[in-house]
Amino acid sequence: MIRLEKICKSFGHLVVLRDVTLEVDKGEVVCVIGPSGAGKSTMLRCINHLETLNSGTIYIEGQPVYRYMKDGKLVIDREKRVDEIRAQVGMVFQSFNLFPHFTALENVMVSPLHVLREPMAELRPRAMALMAKVGLSDKIDAYPHELSGGQQQRVAIARALAMRPKAMLFDEVTSALDPKLVGDVLRVMRQLAFEGMTMIVVTHEMGFAREVADRVIFMADGAIVEEGPPAEIFSNPKNERTIQFLRSVLQRRQDLGEETAPS
Amino acid sequence: MFQNITSLFDFEGSVEYLPELLRGALVSVELTFCVMLISLVFGLIIALMRLSRPRVTRTVSTIYVEVVRGTPCLLQLFYIYFVLPAFGIRFDPFMAGVIGLSVNYSAYLSEVYRAGIIAVPRGQLEAAHALGMSRAKMMRLIILPQAIRVVVPPLGNYFISLFKDTSLVSIVTVKELMFTGQIIAATNFQYFTIFTIIGIIYLSLSYPGSLFVSYLERRMKVGYRRKPSRLIAKAG
Repeated sequence: MIRLEKICKSFGHLVVLRDVTLEVDKGEVVCVIGPSGAGKSTMLRCINHLETLNSGTIYIEGQPVYRYMKDGKLVIDREKRVDEIRAQVGMVFQSFNLFPHFTALENVMVSPLHVLREPMAELRPRAMALMAKVGLSDKIDAYPHELSGGQQQRVAIARALAMRPKAMLFDEVTSALDPKLVGDVLRVMRQLAFEGMTMIVVTHEMGFAREVADRVIFMADGAIVEEGPPAEIFSNPKNERTIQFLRSVLQRRQDLGEETAPS
Repeated sequence: MFQNITSLFDFEGSVEYLPELLRGALVSVELTFCVMLISLVFGLIIALMRLSRPRVTRTVSTIYVEVVRGTPCLLQLFYIYFVLPAFGIRFDPFMAGVIGLSVNYSAYLSEVYRAGIIAVPRGQLEAAHALGMSRAKMMRLIILPQAIRVVVPPLGNYFISLFKDTSLVSIVTVKELMFTGQIIAATNFQYFTIFTIIGIIYLSLSYPGSLFVSYLERRMKVGYRRKPSRLIAKAG
């Protein structure tokens, strides 16, 4: 479904991704964990071409996309194709990025309406159903500034789903939320995962990763250090850095007096 | 002192030339609206060119803005009215005035637009991109509607300053308020009376304007209104 092949990305002299190779199958839920600065978010952003690769290739449904070598020549996709690919991969951001001049429902409808040219008669009920799915049927006419962070983030998920994406990318979507509101967002994501959506989730929610992920990726210093099924990564990590990271996360949680990850 | 001033002010005469001055004021108002309308459109086009990707449009628009901002408006008016005829391009005074001021204000307004567009947070562009919107759709549906809110108050201020700047075109013999006054004063030497009246006319027209602008400023500060967006209603 999505394949990254030796992708490299640097900002000036700072190398953020080094030869990252990753394959995500259809319907698979991959959670990406790791310390900040590990390149997790950058990797997601590269998949949606919000960052341009320095080298390596991204394949979506088997096709190389954005910029790739073909017969020894560099091909740069036209903007139109880039837009088409992006329309097929939904993305949810840490900072929600809802459009403030639209109501919640309008946020959900704007892109299918203008990009997919879906008729209003079909779109409106579908958008309402998506709002119901994220548990916000009563907020369709609210503007983003009238919603809590958790509600905004759920609208953002509905907005991305409205494009009928083949995969969803979640970029630390609960990091900016009040701890009390995290649960509502995670519940929606869990539901999506059960419905078979292909998901790449960059997260600090170890409980969620353990419970929902088919596979957990641990990244550090721009590379994938360790990967495997959640049970293995969390209970029996092999790499020294993974062990350290998990220990520090666990420690921090105990310091905060929170419960450790539910299993 | 007070005695002096009242005796200086030509009350009887003013009744006679007030209609003439008001006709001039009407021309000033006409100029203001013509120029503002043109500049609002061209200013936006220039701003979009400056923010566009092709190097040509970017360079051309940047040069335009820098040249216009870097030379006096008065000089540009002279150029259009006195120099261009030498190349066979002739305008009547009113047209020359409209063109000269529009050239100027398009450049200034483009900078206002540009600032408003740049002020839209980056996350908005990323969200629009991630939803598969093309650059044009993103501009029309997401960026401009948000930029407008930032831009309306400064545009209002430029509108008022434009009204006063129309006095510049008296130099190319447009019979607007200022030039009308100069003509009358040159014949009867009632400078005090005439220029005082002119001042009062300018003030009485521009002050309500600034009140309206501060009203707009206050309105823009409140959140988005509850009203279905036309961008949603009309599409499909």
